[in-house]
Amino acid sequence: MERIPVLRMGTLLLITIQVDMHDKLALQLQDDVTSRIAEWGSTGVLIDISSLEIVDSFIGRMLANIAAMSRVLGAETIVVGMQPAVAITLVELGMSLPGVRTALSVEAGMELLYGAGAGFRTGSEHERDEA
Amino acid sequence: MSDLADIISRNEQQIRSEWIGDLHQTVQRSDLMSKAEMEEQCSALLSAVTEAVRSSGSEDVMTAGWRQTREYLEEISASRARQGFTATEVATFVLSLKRPLFSAIRRDMGKTQDRMFDTIWTATELLDRLALLTTDAYLAAREELISRQQQELLELSTPVVKLWEGILALPIIGTLDSARTQVVMENLLQTVVATNSKYAIIDITGVPTVDTLVAQHLLKTITAARLMGAECIISGVRPQIAQTIVHLGINLEDVTTRARLSDAFALALQMSGRTVVRQNASAAGSKVVLAGPLAKQEG
Repeated sequence: MERIPVLRMGTLLLITIQVDMHDKLALQLQDDVTSRIAEWGSTGVLIDISSLEIVDSFIGRMLANIAAMSRVLGAETIVVGMQPAVAITLVELGMSLPGVRTALSVEAGMELLYGAGAGFRTGSEHERDEA
Repeated sequence: MSDLADIISRNEQQIRSEWIGDLHQTVQRSDLMSKAEMEEQCSALLSAVTEAVRSSGSEDVMTAGWRQTREYLEEISASRARQGFTATEVATFVLSLKRPLFSAIRRDMGKTQDRMFDTIWTATELLDRLALLTTDAYLAAREELISRQQQELLELSTPVVKLWEGILALPIIGTLDSARTQVVMENLLQTVVATNSKYAIIDITGVPTVDTLVAQHLLKTITAARLMGAECIISGVRPQIAQTIVHLGINLEDVTTRARLSDAFALALQMSGRTVVRQNASAAGSKVVLAGPLAKQEG
């Protein structure tokens, strides 16, 4: 079955959405993200949507949901690389995603997460735990 | 019908010279068009009309036989619209053909009043239709001119400028309506992506009034930029506008605002972790890197 890969980088989860989203895929992704956070004790989730060119209210809600779920599990979510057309569409749909943090690029998003204390420092702690 | 065609072809020379003579007295605009050009247009149009009346009659100018005439007339009208002729002048160009044509009819049919009246009626209907055609073409050319200028204005008036690495400024001049907001928003977001800028300053010094609608448009732009990961600062809020915003109950609490563009720029520099430093205290005055309100930020 098709599924969106959830990659692990230290204490971060990296998700790159490169296919058209549909209901099943989104639900699967929510399942995956929440169980990975719980399993690996991740403190940050980075969702890269730079290849996403078409967006609807469903995907908007999915992003907001993942952010809210991660927050409940103690991880911060950052959505990066949103295309101008996607941003305009979401605003026109009335979805301003107030609970979601954003960044221009993966790099900027990483910086934000590390700055928020979710990155290297805890990453090394994490590795120590494993060792 | 054939009467009219006969009369025109028989008297073409005379009608032409009378028509040109009339035009010189009424609508000759030597400032916009040369005499020779005008005469050439008259001759070409009259031969086209003669040909069309002879081949397809005068009832319907929308038939295929009239196509050449129509196209020529539309071309003349459009070029005159661009040259700055008024609508009256353009319509008079065709309508002034009436007098020479009528006198030709009168000369030929002076003895049979009924036929003369019928022919005159046919001729006047034909010329009216042609005149309406020129007016339509004139208006179409004008409309096109206006819409092109509007488009140009739209593009000219919404430049996105880069102030610093990662800091953009968007000075908005004029009222923000939905169409303009769309262009402004697209411009801004595209430049944000292209230059990888985290901060965008929207300067509304040139916006005459801010009402709920304009505020809503601004908020939309800011929200879209935030979704992409860029932060917006609004600057150039004049005292009256600040008062209006509060009186209207517009909620700008989630938006950073500053009174002047320089203040907003200083804030953006500060937020991106930069400071502005005066080079040398003793040489101050001549060697100030960034003076004015920016310099205050260093403390």
